[in-house]
Amino acid sequence: MFLFIVRRVFFAVVLLLAVSFFTYMLFAMLPSDPAALTCGKNCKPDVIAANRIRLGYDKSLMEQYWLFLKGIFAGRDYGTGAAAFSCGAPSLGYSFGQHECVTTLIAQTFPVTAYLSIGAFILWMFIGISTGAIAALNKGKWQDRAASIFTSIGVSLPTFYIGLLVLFSVVIWLRILPFPSYESPFDNFPVFLRTMILPWLVLAVLSAASYTRLTRNGMLEAMNEDFVRLGVAKGLTRRIILRRYVMRQALVPIVTIAGLDFAGLLGGAIITESVFSLPGMGKMSIRAVVESDLPVLVGTTMVAAVFIVLANVLVDIAYGYLDPRVRVK
Amino acid sequence: MSTDIALQAIDLVKHFATGSTGILGRATNIVQAVDGVSFSLPKGKTLGIVGESGCGKSTLARLVTRLIEPSSGSVVLDGVDITKLSGKALREMRRKLQIIFQDPYSSLNPRHSIGQIIGDPMRIQGIVSRTNEKAEVQDLMQRVGLNPEHYNRYPHEFSGGQRQRIGIARALSLQPSVIVADEPVSALDVSIQAQILNLLENLQKDLGLSFVFIAHDLSVVRHIADQVAVMYLGRIVEVGDAATVYSNPAHPYTKALLSAVPVANPSMRGSGKRIRLVGDVPSPIDPPSGCRFRTRCWKATNLCSSVEPPLQADGAGRVVACHFPEETPVSVG
Amino acid sequence: MSNEVVLSVKNLSVVFHTPDGDVAAVSNVSFDLHSGETLGIVGESGSGKSVTASSIMRLNNSITATTTGSILISGVDILTADESEVRRIRGSEVAMIFQDPLSALNPYYTVGKQIAEAYLVHHPQVSKTDARAVTLEMLKKVGIPNPEKRIDEFPHQFSGGMRQRIVIAIALINNPKVLIADEPTTALDVTVQAQILDLMKDLQAEFNMAIVLITHDLGVIAEAAKEVLVMYGGRVVEQSTVDALFSEPTHPYAWGLLGAVNSLSSSGRGALATIAGSPPSLIALPRGCSFNPRCTFASEICRSEVPVLRTVGTQGSVAACHLPDNEILTIGREVASR
Repeated sequence: MFLFIVRRVFFAVVLLLAVSFFTYMLFAMLPSDPAALTCGKNCKPDVIAANRIRLGYDKSLMEQYWLFLKGIFAGRDYGTGAAAFSCGAPSLGYSFGQHECVTTLIAQTFPVTAYLSIGAFILWMFIGISTGAIAALNKGKWQDRAASIFTSIGVSLPTFYIGLLVLFSVVIWLRILPFPSYESPFDNFPVFLRTMILPWLVLAVLSAASYTRLTRNGMLEAMNEDFVRLGVAKGLTRRIILRRYVMRQALVPIVTIAGLDFAGLLGGAIITESVFSLPGMGKMSIRAVVESDLPVLVGTTMVAAVFIVLANVLVDIAYGYLDPRVRVK
Repeated sequence: MSTDIALQAIDLVKHFATGSTGILGRATNIVQAVDGVSFSLPKGKTLGIVGESGCGKSTLARLVTRLIEPSSGSVVLDGVDITKLSGKALREMRRKLQIIFQDPYSSLNPRHSIGQIIGDPMRIQGIVSRTNEKAEVQDLMQRVGLNPEHYNRYPHEFSGGQRQRIGIARALSLQPSVIVADEPVSALDVSIQAQILNLLENLQKDLGLSFVFIAHDLSVVRHIADQVAVMYLGRIVEVGDAATVYSNPAHPYTKALLSAVPVANPSMRGSGKRIRLVGDVPSPIDPPSGCRFRTRCWKATNLCSSVEPPLQADGAGRVVACHFPEETPVSVG
Repeated sequence: MSNEVVLSVKNLSVVFHTPDGDVAAVSNVSFDLHSGETLGIVGESGSGKSVTASSIMRLNNSITATTTGSILISGVDILTADESEVRRIRGSEVAMIFQDPLSALNPYYTVGKQIAEAYLVHHPQVSKTDARAVTLEMLKKVGIPNPEKRIDEFPHQFSGGMRQRIVIAIALINNPKVLIADEPTTALDVTVQAQILDLMKDLQAEFNMAIVLITHDLGVIAEAAKEVLVMYGGRVVEQSTVDALFSEPTHPYAWGLLGAVNSLSSSGRGALATIAGSPPSLIALPRGCSFNPRCTFASEICRSEVPVLRTVGTQGSVAACHLPDNEILTIGREVASR
């Protein structure tokens, strides 16, 4: 098991290096001059040239990538003399659009994304697994049909549509909640809750749909297993069979997918954040795209990649604990 | 090399790597699925290969049909070493050497009609032209006992036995010289097994086919095979003509295998002639030293754990890998 | 040793409701089973033998299947008893073992836990430590070597034969009166099959339990059963002692089965005896006797009327066939002597 983990982590690091290389190269090859974007339209050529040198865009691509990598571990200094500034390790570059180190920007926006993700994740796992279980236990009855309508809607409706619809009806039309304006939970918890409740619900309900389906099908499949029949034949109560036999089996694939979904969300819930004006990483990424703010894009992509790779490793390890067939060979 | 030999296996070895550990995933466990198997199948004859699960018989089927590549050794079809073929020669070899699988349910494409399943390979290999494809296919369907009018039906519309007939027709469609049948009747009901075995025997007579017939069921093999090879943990432990192997087994394992088959005759019950092997087949990852059967053998001595008995002819014309072959015939009804 | 009736099945019928219509999987099956004895149920796929087995444990889904008749165990009718009563009987009075021991064991728990669980559910006052001791004892009884170590291993760490021993341990931990064995050796190698059949015989003698042995293998029947039901198309077509079945079979289907098996195990080459055609589809059972399309003796009446079970011959065999008694006996004896 220990060797297994070491090997997984080793490959994760290799994978992240590859991702960073391709991300950096891809964005660097875009046909826009990053130096020209550092100051407005009426920029003088000598300022652009100075910025180019200061930000390192004069160097070759490989050299730039090397500096970027080095920055992650050692921090990075830009320019010399009075105009010099530095981004401490781990540095993901410097945003000329927002005149700030990318790491700082991410540190500011990530908590918002994290609060959104964690809250939505807890809600959606709860909704998804419980509706799925209810549907499976009442297969063919109205509860099952209702769950199936719910999953069809949840899977087919896009987030921005439902998000705007909810925003319009609850905030503008019914005026149950004020227009969302984000505040940190440590500064003003009631406002934070009021702001987050809608995005949490929208994200949770839509994501729960596929978990409802997974849980329902997983449980129905498990109920057909011979070992469940043996459980019944032993004279076990329905509750024990459901918990130790059916759910146990149905949850294994759910844990796998949930881990990956959660990690994906941590990289930025772009649409939800935009619809509800949450200053998270997703919203920042959108702004960076619009402004061609390449360092921010590379930075957020890297953060997302780290989460996904990390989740993969964790899911593999969790799998080993959940399924003894993987654990003990 | 004699031209009377349809198919020959020479010292075939297949080792699978499993259970990777270490930083770079180096394989640490080697499954010795097939470990030095040789046989030769005369033209128009049937070689039966029997053994319990894990003995390597199915791996052997895939090796001789080149569905998997051997770790070493070679397979000779009509005098040609097929383990090194590629391109056009490989395609021609695939035509001549067909395989029939155990599960008639999963080996047929559910979205293809019977006409397609049987006709497509014929057309692709250029055996028939498009114009007389249908007639040829229906001819084959008749030959294997299917109603030619069912040309446009799909696999799910047939019963298990009929599906196995479709599988046989598909194999025959390429006019092969050798057919490897891997447990072809194991998934079928008893009354249907006999139908399929009769069909295979008739086809052999009519078309001069050579069969490698792999099964765990000794009675099935006894009926169809001219020669029988008994496998245990990746090796052949005994080989000989079917009548001799069944009536006068030389290897203790063969004897135990034969006596373990429940006889459909209640008066034989408790007749006391049973040999009961203890335990299970050891893991092919770490087979016993010397003779691989020694851990379950009632005759094993120190010699058996130190020296592996070679597969060789004994005085009575039996070919066996045992230091202490059986002497007396065993009655098996 | 007492020889009471421990299981009494009367007019058992099971109808499955499928999207393609109702399917009569089992029709009018009746039999009595005495303690310490083994009843074999033999038949091909779709004969209804496995559905009969699961009905005895009331394992059929009550929504998709309608089960009628009565199944008496210790004076309780399983089919009409309430859920808690059935739960009490399951595992303690009747237990079951399955064809594939790997899929029958819960892959997520150790075998020790699964055996102890079966004991604890019927002995709630027993402590876990005591249950573990009982489990260890049972593991020894079913022949698991090194039980102190293996009790904490998972099902996938055992071989096929050892897994079936575990399933048997689960079944016998509460000393049931009846054991339902649904193809218990079909998935096993022939040398392991022999071990398991021996084990079942030994434990049967020790616990004086009755066994319902479901199999497609006449060899297993000959070896292990005392009485036999031959099922075809959901109906019992012959019921007899094992000796009678093999010396004086009384139904054309039994003749065909016996003929196929005998010619397979004979050493001669030449064409094997077969039964023409395929087992019937339960969804469209033939009119009259369901065996008539495959029967070489079928006449007009076989295509219109379902034959009823009647006693034929001197050995107390019961058969459902329209042929006259003397004809049945002549052909039957001839088939058996081949």
